[in-house]
Amino acid sequence: MLGRSANGTFWLFRYLERAENTARLIEAGFRMALTRDSGAASEEWRSVLITLGLHHAYAARHGEDVTGAQVFNFVLRDRDNPASVLAMIETARTNARAVRTGITREVWEAVNESWMKLREILARPVAETRLRDVLDAVRRQAIQVRGAMEGTMLRNENYYFANIGTFAERADNTARILDVKYYVLLPSLAAVGTSLDNVQWENVLRSVAGERAYRWLNAGQMDPRGIASFLILDERFPRSLAFCYAQLLSNLSLLAREYGFETEAHAIQRAGHERLAGLTIEAIFEQGLHQFIGDFLACNHQLAQQIQRDYRFVE
Amino acid sequence: MTETAYDEMLAPDGTVRPAYDGYRQWLDAQPPGLLKRKGIEAEAFFRRTGITFNVYGAADAEERLIPFDPVPRIITASQWRKLSRGIEQRVRALNAFLHDLYHRQEIVRAGRLPARLLQGNLAYLPQMAGFTPPGGVYTHIVGIDLVRTGEDDFMVLEDNARTPSGVSYMLENRETMMAMFPELFTRVRVREVSDYPRRLARSLAACAPAAFTGDKPTVAVLTPGIYNSAYFEHAFLADQMGAELVEGSDLKVQGGRVAMRTTQGWQPVDVIYRRVDDDYLDPLSFNADSVLGVAGIMDVYRAGGITIANAPGTGISDDKAIYSFMPEIVEFYTGEKPILPNVPTWRCSEADALAYVLDNLADLVVKEVHGSGGYGMLIGPTSSKKEIAAFSAKLRADPANYIAQPTLSLSTVPIFTRAGLAPRHVDLRPFVLVSPQGIDITPGGLTRVALKKGSLVVNSSQGGGTKDSWVLDD
Amino acid sequence: MRLAIEHATTYRFSGPIRQGQQRLRLTPVSSAGQSVIAWDIACEGAQIEVGYDDEYTNRVTLVGLTPGTPAVTIRAHGVVETRDESGVTGRHAGYLPLWHFSRDTALTARGTKVAALVGGLENGAARDPLATLHTLTERVRAAVVYAQGHTDVATTAEAALTAGRGVCQDQAHVFIAGARALGIPARYVSGYMLIDGREQQDAGHGWAEGFVDGLGWIGFDVANAICPDDRYVRVACGRDYRDAAPVKSMTYVLPAPTGSAPVGDTLVTTLVVQRLTPA
Repeated sequence: MLGRSANGTFWLFRYLERAENTARLIEAGFRMALTRDSGAASEEWRSVLITLGLHHAYAARHGEDVTGAQVFNFVLRDRDNPASVLAMIETARTNARAVRTGITREVWEAVNESWMKLREILARPVAETRLRDVLDAVRRQAIQVRGAMEGTMLRNENYYFANIGTFAERADNTARILDVKYYVLLPSLAAVGTSLDNVQWENVLRSVAGERAYRWLNAGQMDPRGIASFLILDERFPRSLAFCYAQLLSNLSLLAREYGFETEAHAIQRAGHERLAGLTIEAIFEQGLHQFIGDFLACNHQLAQQIQRDYRFVE
Repeated sequence: MTETAYDEMLAPDGTVRPAYDGYRQWLDAQPPGLLKRKGIEAEAFFRRTGITFNVYGAADAEERLIPFDPVPRIITASQWRKLSRGIEQRVRALNAFLHDLYHRQEIVRAGRLPARLLQGNLAYLPQMAGFTPPGGVYTHIVGIDLVRTGEDDFMVLEDNARTPSGVSYMLENRETMMAMFPELFTRVRVREVSDYPRRLARSLAACAPAAFTGDKPTVAVLTPGIYNSAYFEHAFLADQMGAELVEGSDLKVQGGRVAMRTTQGWQPVDVIYRRVDDDYLDPLSFNADSVLGVAGIMDVYRAGGITIANAPGTGISDDKAIYSFMPEIVEFYTGEKPILPNVPTWRCSEADALAYVLDNLADLVVKEVHGSGGYGMLIGPTSSKKEIAAFSAKLRADPANYIAQPTLSLSTVPIFTRAGLAPRHVDLRPFVLVSPQGIDITPGGLTRVALKKGSLVVNSSQGGGTKDSWVLDD
Repeated sequence: MRLAIEHATTYRFSGPIRQGQQRLRLTPVSSAGQSVIAWDIACEGAQIEVGYDDEYTNRVTLVGLTPGTPAVTIRAHGVVETRDESGVTGRHAGYLPLWHFSRDTALTARGTKVAALVGGLENGAARDPLATLHTLTERVRAAVVYAQGHTDVATTAEAALTAGRGVCQDQAHVFIAGARALGIPARYVSGYMLIDGREQQDAGHGWAEGFVDGLGWIGFDVANAICPDDRYVRVACGRDYRDAAPVKSMTYVLPAPTGSAPVGDTLVTTLVVQRLTPA
């Protein structure tokens, strides 16, 4: 497999994952904002922008004025925002064309149709009344691509790089949400039982599509420690850091088996995975949640860089 | 023109010609409105698959779709046998000619081809002089454009030895037909085309260079990238052959070979099916600004480390002034009379011919000798007086740059229109593979059809469509 | 005459090499006036990829630069036995037709200055081409006075005539353009020359050859106003300098570390041509 194709496949799936996650984040932000006064709503949207790393770009475009419709239009479709959902889908499709011989016809058509559909629904500004439909469409398209991938792609290097891209991105995304919202989960600030906290906690879960799973597992009881543990350490939850790292471990191992050699990335990943596996939520709070997330993000970034080097994504 | 043209389905008395017997019987037994319904279905079907192939950018997505007509173009087994012999003879001569041009130029020494056709011709690459490509093959893939004017009158309109394209349409058209009318293919025995990619892979592998050791040569398709208008075809062929689709940035010279950057390290490539023009192939040898090629690939080539298909410098035989000498060329190298004639051609470099052409511009087709794709040409009968006058001035200024041909009454084949079947002019491009093991012609090819009534221009860039092309089994 | 030659070229790049190739025409081959006794090319900062004979029958070596290297040194050295053939290289070899050597190139394109230079020589060229080429040598020598520092490797024949000064390469280009203007095929030759009393030289030498029916290719060294003799070693030829250049490079350099002063590529050549006396 060409290094350039591995790069294209890796980024194709990273961008699809990122687009989907961005939609979830907007959805959670929108819901939160609906229940707050305008000042708090602005604050909520600002944290969405920070999580996405778009706060500077947004400020350059719109200044200090942070309002819902302006934010989600910027994030979804603004031509001046190279990291918009539309731009990500376009980049994903460009990557898919470049690796056309490495993906199946079904995956290509799913990506191409996603692009055509989103290009159409994001052609004009999104009003609040239309937001839910738009976000649904983004999520549905991502699921279609993943379905096509799971159902038709050969389990070989192409598939492993697709998964590695997906889970490196997803781990990054969940960690970023925790990085921005960590203070909500700090026990010292938990004013037990206030409805505000419950809403905040639920919002964190919602932004990773985890609210129902968490409630089901915990009989409806919300507590910050439990939520942090769920998002970081619960291997059953497909957006937890532990789940993502188990998947990365598995796909990197399969890749090593196919190639007959391991790389430095394997060592980094294994170390990261072992760190997660050996931790309890108590230990994480003891070392500091924010510190832990910062370290994790750095490690995840280093891992992605190393994979790109080891497998000659670029020269 | 249309009234007098040879129709391939219907004789002048309205009877169905033998080639279309089976098809017409089937068609007549179909419920009324089937073609119309299938026509709509076909468009949707082709658009869907077409979308995966043709959408390049947001704006021009629609235009890129080449219209497909659901009525097949049919050639009988015996007609095809004769065509194949003629094509094989011509392609054999082309390869011998190219070898000679880049060696002793016996044909020039013998006075059968004027040296001036080579002098100053940018398609003649000095870098190829004295070098014989692996297996002695220059044109691994050739497309011969044929036109027909009567029952047995096929003529060669153009040779495409540089980088013939369109084979993906040949394959997709057949897929589309089989999906739309499966039962038709049980009624009429049509020769298979779908194994073309396998044959191409085999043919290319048979041309491995001296440096190749092992049991299976590594073949790669070199594309200029996703923004090239034929990118779909490049990806399609690579996919179907199980070959890597590489760009210049994936390759470099290493260990005396051209190697591609894989996730497991640099791996040598044995045969490159390149869809990048000569000028962009090697910045050390040709256009120094090119980023589409590989610096040093020509060095590795001459040292026997890689096969380039088609060989650099083959474009010289596509030149239309050289085309006009093809009958002499065929005879010189094969010792036989050409089986397939050329379209009669006046070389404007010759004074008598020029005088005739200038007097008869309104009836002639005039082409630039280095041109292709229907650009820079004059079609006399459909041009205004003003256009003809302007062209006449250009022609007088540089006669050697032009050839002229009569406006041929191209054969017609029915297409499906809203008003039912209606005849339209067609040509045919069969695809030919050359390797040391022999010349392999896929039965059929790409039929291009002028969709406008009476039009003779079949180029897809100018309103042409395509048809599935059938060669009947005996 | 037996000549020992040692030719080293060092390129120092503006930063570490990301990727690069050099096409070397640094290997003489045995021909009418010379027999190559021993020859070798050695590289530092590069490795030899392939060797082959090009369309002019020059021996070519392609080297790949070692990624990360800041410099490359190519050392060509060996021993050549030469004979004085009064400049005659002999029959046209290779597969390029003679007309190929009658056509203009970018460096030898004919303009008004070249036309003026050969004015009046047309009849002689047809009658006695050899004598005409000698006359042309004198005219070029007068029109482009040998002087360093006024031209570079990209200077055309017309530009050299305008400058009125130039080095051996410029004089050869002007000669070639003039010969072609007179209907005589001509080509550029790069090589080495023994200079009496000067073993250390700054650069290789370049001269021209014209084709005369019956004799074949004949060398004319405008700079020294003679036909090459046994002090000359032919290394490569072509339509102009670019075809025969000793080194042709294509390099991609990594950006220099921030803070360091930007520098361009530099080139240092050392050349020693010595006469070996029989032991």
